[in-house]
Amino acid sequence: MGSPVLDKGPEAGVPEVRRLKSDGTPWRERLFQLSLWASLAVGVVFLGCLLVYIVVEAWPRLNFRILTNFPDIIDPSQAGAQSAIMGTIWVIGFTALYCLPVGFLTAIYLEEYADPERWWNRAVEINIQNLAAVPSIVYGILGLGIISRGLGFGQTVLTASLTLSLLVLPTVIIAAREAIRAVPQSIREASLALGATQWQTIWRQVLPAAVPGMATGSILALSRAIGEAAPLLLLGGLTFITFNPTGPESAFTVLPIQIFNWISQSRSEFVSLAAAAIVILLVILLAMNSLAIWLRNRYSHRW
Amino acid sequence: MTSTGSGRRVASGSPGFLKRSQPRYGEKAVKVLLVAASLVSVLTTVGIVIALIPPAAEFFGEVSFGDFITGTDWSPLFKPAHFGVLPLVTGTLMVTLIALLVAVPLGLGAAVYLSEYARPRVRAFFKPILEVLAGIPTVVYGFFALQALTPLLQDIWPGGEGPQVFNALSAGFVMGIMIIPTIASLSEDAMNAVPNDLRDGAFALGSSRMQVATRVVFPAALSGIVAAIVLGVSRAIGETMIVAIAAGGRPNLSFDPLEGMQTMTAFIAAAGIGDLPTGTIGYQTIFAVGSLLFVMTLVMNLVSIRLVRRYRQVYE
Repeated sequence: MGSPVLDKGPEAGVPEVRRLKSDGTPWRERLFQLSLWASLAVGVVFLGCLLVYIVVEAWPRLNFRILTNFPDIIDPSQAGAQSAIMGTIWVIGFTALYCLPVGFLTAIYLEEYADPERWWNRAVEINIQNLAAVPSIVYGILGLGIISRGLGFGQTVLTASLTLSLLVLPTVIIAAREAIRAVPQSIREASLALGATQWQTIWRQVLPAAVPGMATGSILALSRAIGEAAPLLLLGGLTFITFNPTGPESAFTVLPIQIFNWISQSRSEFVSLAAAAIVILLVILLAMNSLAIWLRNRYSHRW
Repeated sequence: MTSTGSGRRVASGSPGFLKRSQPRYGEKAVKVLLVAASLVSVLTTVGIVIALIPPAAEFFGEVSFGDFITGTDWSPLFKPAHFGVLPLVTGTLMVTLIALLVAVPLGLGAAVYLSEYARPRVRAFFKPILEVLAGIPTVVYGFFALQALTPLLQDIWPGGEGPQVFNALSAGFVMGIMIIPTIASLSEDAMNAVPNDLRDGAFALGSSRMQVATRVVFPAALSGIVAAIVLGVSRAIGETMIVAIAAGGRPNLSFDPLEGMQTMTAFIAAAGIGDLPTGTIGYQTIFAVGSLLFVMTLVMNLVSIRLVRRYRQVYE
């Protein structure tokens, strides 16, 4: 503004005025921000290294034999993962069949009917939160002690998919609840005000609006089940299987277990075989996650 | 839709018709179905307890609980068998400790950055990458630890022997990377729940961004951050595949991270692969160690749930 003080330049200015101006970000601030940024970068770099390493290791075995052939313990160059891929499809198909309906119904109950002040509803809620954090191998113990040996279902696709559906049930419930909660209360009130019953409101108004979110959450939950190996180790998944499952009573192997099996082999040819199977597993997971993200973007409502 | 009442009756009638004219059995049936579904998750917990207790009880009928919890030799499948679980517990704790040394600083750093510094576009780039990191199957992490990280460490190790083929260090490091997303996303939630008034007040008093982050937001979100770390510990203790692949299968009462050591989960997996006959002491050890694992993680999960509730009550 042409004041005489400023005209004389900063050197001659009043010190008190100058101190109010920022004298640049102190180095401690910069260092702090840099270390925060670096801690995120470590994860990103690790992910990059992991993916590059696996593709490089898998490269010699990335051909159609891995898809069409069956595991071969004598000649690794002829071995494939067909029985594991088909086993994964069978097991995950049945898992979805068991856990999705139960998960959705539970979510509807907790969001639309349950009174959160009642102790039993709070207990159900805390129970679900805890189950979501119970180690997967403990579900394997449940599968082994109760489903496989207690109920006598044995080492079958049925046992595996029942165990996995209990494992991902909490994830499905939590995701479905969030989708239902995102539907605004005003829609329910409008429906009830027009004389609809509670279930009519849920079935015709709430669920149609919540379905995309529920589908996204379910796909993500099932992709967790696809990568899960620990509980299936207890359920006979590691037996040497060179045939595709033919039904729920069949013996089975799945991709993560087949990978574990090949990792445990001492010969080095099995390393690239395991890496190639990992690539297949990651491609399946990538496809499912892309589908989930596409669903979320395509159908997501903004209320 | 069995319960749809006829609307006409309501419209035509006297005020009496405003009351429900017929019991809605359909609505009741739906509610019963929903309650039944939500009981499945309760029954899962009951099932876990029922699966664990009888074989574990039989096990403790033959092995005294004191010997189990204080014994330093774990060789249940050999003769003479020893049932001291300490080597498995120290193995678990070693790997968990290494994982936490990696995951706590990196996870909290990531959370502070995403919550206090990152612009929306930067956030939109990093958040999905963290989700991908959380979605990678743990066999893949184990494979990477055994085949890539351990050989790398052996090559660059300055002097001395370097890590063994199976070692706690690689397994723990990779496990730490695996739980970064758990710690980062839960503590970021907690930091986001801190009201902006607190930040604005601190800025108005002349605080820098770092001071706001470390002296205002971090303490205010502390219970949520602790909950995130506790949940991370619980996940590390329960993780199976990484340690089964990369940390080895030999129970080893040692605190040297360069040695191989078996964890509780890795033992359960190894014994499970063995397909032991029901009723044998070997089969029962699965359930004894499983009970210990379940109790340890249960306590931590409940502490974590409690802490999350507390910060939600304060700020939401």
